[in-house]
Amino acid sequence: MAKKFSHATIEKNSILLLVLTLVVVAIGGLVEIVPTFLIKSTIEDVKGVRPYSPLELAGRNIYIREGCYNCHSQMVRSLRSEVERYGHYSLAAESKYDHPFQWGSKRTGPDLARVGGKYSDEWHRLHMEDPRAVVPESVMPGYPFLAQTPLDYRNIEGGLRALAAAGVPYSAEEIENARADLEAQATLDADTEGLMQRYPKAVARDFDGNPKMISELDALVAYLQMLGTLVDFNAYENTDFTQ
Amino acid sequence: MAVSSAPGATPPGTMTSAAWAVAGALIAGAVLFIAIAAKAQDAPMAAHAWLFVFAFLAGVMALGQRHFNVTHGGSVADDGTGYADGVVKAGAIATLFWGVAGFLVGVVIAFQLAFPFLNLDTAFTNFGRLRPLHTSAVIFAFGGNALIATSFYVVQRTSRTRLAGDIAPWFVFWGYQLFIVIAATGYLMGVTQSKEYAEPEWYADIWLTIVWVVYLLVFLATLAKRKEPHIYVANWFYLAFIVTIAMLHIGNNLAIPETWTSSKSYALFPGVQDALIQWWYGHNAVGFFLTAGFLGMMYYFIPKRAERPVYSYRLSIVHFWSLIFIYIWAGPHHLHFTALPDWAQTLGMTFSIMLWMPSWGGMINGLMTLSGAWDKLRTDPVIRMLVVSVAFYGMSTFEGPVMSVKAVNSLSHYTDWTIGHVHSGALGWVGFISFGAIYCLIPWLWKRERLYSLALVSWHFWIATIGIVLYITAMWVSGILQGLMWRAYDAQGFLEYSFAETVEAMHPFYVIRALGGVLFLTGALIMVYNCWMTIKGRVRESEPLPASAPAGATLQPAE
Repeated sequence: MAKKFSHATIEKNSILLLVLTLVVVAIGGLVEIVPTFLIKSTIEDVKGVRPYSPLELAGRNIYIREGCYNCHSQMVRSLRSEVERYGHYSLAAESKYDHPFQWGSKRTGPDLARVGGKYSDEWHRLHMEDPRAVVPESVMPGYPFLAQTPLDYRNIEGGLRALAAAGVPYSAEEIENARADLEAQATLDADTEGLMQRYPKAVARDFDGNPKMISELDALVAYLQMLGTLVDFNAYENTDFTQ
Repeated sequence: MAVSSAPGATPPGTMTSAAWAVAGALIAGAVLFIAIAAKAQDAPMAAHAWLFVFAFLAGVMALGQRHFNVTHGGSVADDGTGYADGVVKAGAIATLFWGVAGFLVGVVIAFQLAFPFLNLDTAFTNFGRLRPLHTSAVIFAFGGNALIATSFYVVQRTSRTRLAGDIAPWFVFWGYQLFIVIAATGYLMGVTQSKEYAEPEWYADIWLTIVWVVYLLVFLATLAKRKEPHIYVANWFYLAFIVTIAMLHIGNNLAIPETWTSSKSYALFPGVQDALIQWWYGHNAVGFFLTAGFLGMMYYFIPKRAERPVYSYRLSIVHFWSLIFIYIWAGPHHLHFTALPDWAQTLGMTFSIMLWMPSWGGMINGLMTLSGAWDKLRTDPVIRMLVVSVAFYGMSTFEGPVMSVKAVNSLSHYTDWTIGHVHSGALGWVGFISFGAIYCLIPWLWKRERLYSLALVSWHFWIATIGIVLYITAMWVSGILQGLMWRAYDAQGFLEYSFAETVEAMHPFYVIRALGGVLFLTGALIMVYNCWMTIKGRVRESEPLPASAPAGATLQPAE
């Protein structure tokens, strides 16, 4: 018969205290996180979601660099008022190629999950130059330097390669053509046949209105204009997404 | 003193074989970063690589100078016996410095939200880059230094032994400052992983992991050679904080760098899993950095200052294990009504509500420790600060479970209510318990009989308290107001307000919040002045020391 348990046993042994603590704090995370990798219904089965095109990815990296996530969510919650304001609630599938996710936690500005196509490129240009020129009540910082800074995409293949290593299905062909695809998408009337084949629904044009240079603004607007546009929700019933 | 040093060792401060190994590792690290700097793919990576080189070489020079001082008969500040308090002193000063810096950036960004022209529309000064600078500065630079300094102080006293390691504690201190500088300058240059409170990029994360493991080893090795049979309750919390933060930090920062010479990385996990892991980390940065660690602080400084034993030993045990077990589950309440599966949301909510009990267990244990000493609330402003911090802890750990209920969360999420909630915990609990601990530590460490001025502590307390009240009430009103405006419908059944109208409605509250921040910062500046004068050995003339106090009676209160 073992001695009656006393907490003093743990209190007198630093390694035992350490190990027990680690066991106790590991449980919750394991129970919650592991199943989301194993349960198939976690990610809905929808058509249209594809990896970001190189230009969109470069724009997304600028979105992250400037900390846009501090004030903008990309997650329409399944609440009536949100669906009416922003559009169909967000699906897990829509961010399945997002490394990292950009759901956000605060809406000092509006949700951007479905901002693609909502405003013109010209509106975005003015808005980034001086937000209060188009939205007088806005408290957003201006980002006039984006239009003046050439986009650094010397190693855009490196980005695709890293994402491929994390499980995003970029093919060798896509990685090889990354730079050419980026340039084609940011240029008006470029040959976009390969681009469209690799990235369906990609929109190619001179997003910043300055044909002389592929700027950071080109990439950012290209990213914003594709947000939420990949899934055709008319093809689905709401019940298709119930878990 | 009941502290011994290893007999027959080489004189403290000289180049032992361990010191040579550290110097060798630093030089190897410097060479590695010179190579990275030479091939750096972007300007921030090059700048940071040179910063590493500079810091590592400075470390080697510091070792060399220490050796030179000892061998050439210079005075030795720390003879290797007694408690190792030099590193605690450095930590206390770093806490004050980063505290003021972090609060200042907070005030700046609060004003930016009220008056957006203050963003200056440059890359380095916009809200998006400054906000992580603020959160990291207050959580990790201010809070982290307060935790490292107090844990090093407390573990020595409660174990009645000197801190383990000769160079290791200093490596933890300076390595941690280097991490802070890398993170902060990175944010300004746009280097970020965009995961909240885990923004530093992969190379900073690896560096922090090394520093943190050494921190854990120093703490454990000190516990291992303790002269008390029992490990004191404060150390349970410090240990849980250190080891759990290690687990969370590694789990949430798994990423694939673009190349070994690029500052950019991509998170290993995608979308929904990344979100869940982020808030598993994010909520437990609150649970283990801002709660468990500071509870360790509470369990030492409140009983010590009040000169009363901890209220209940049994309650300590029950609330320690339940707190650390339950906290981990609560993360998904940051993701209600999102694309996270419902079962995970429900689990997160359930455990968040359960979390109320162990949280209040800690609050009750802290407050009731004052049993029989409540009069000190009136006479000792430092005790007042410590006790009010526990009251704020109780308040925000009640508010948290309320906000985790899905029905409440549908209104509160994405609004300033969350910001107000965080700040009642951060300013009230974390801020005040740290201020109280620092006010205790400064005279103890520098062997002063008392602080320069207790009246100034009172001023600090009241100014900061008014600041907190302004802050959190402004955020309650703005948060609930904006949440209601987002879901308001007009008579025809359309959404009543455009988003821009709800932004406009926030303006007065943003001004009030910024003023609250100014008051809190003012209080901190008063504290810095008070501590500075104390370290200089001054006592305010209008507050003479009581003549009846026997000389030296309060010199070593920890023994």
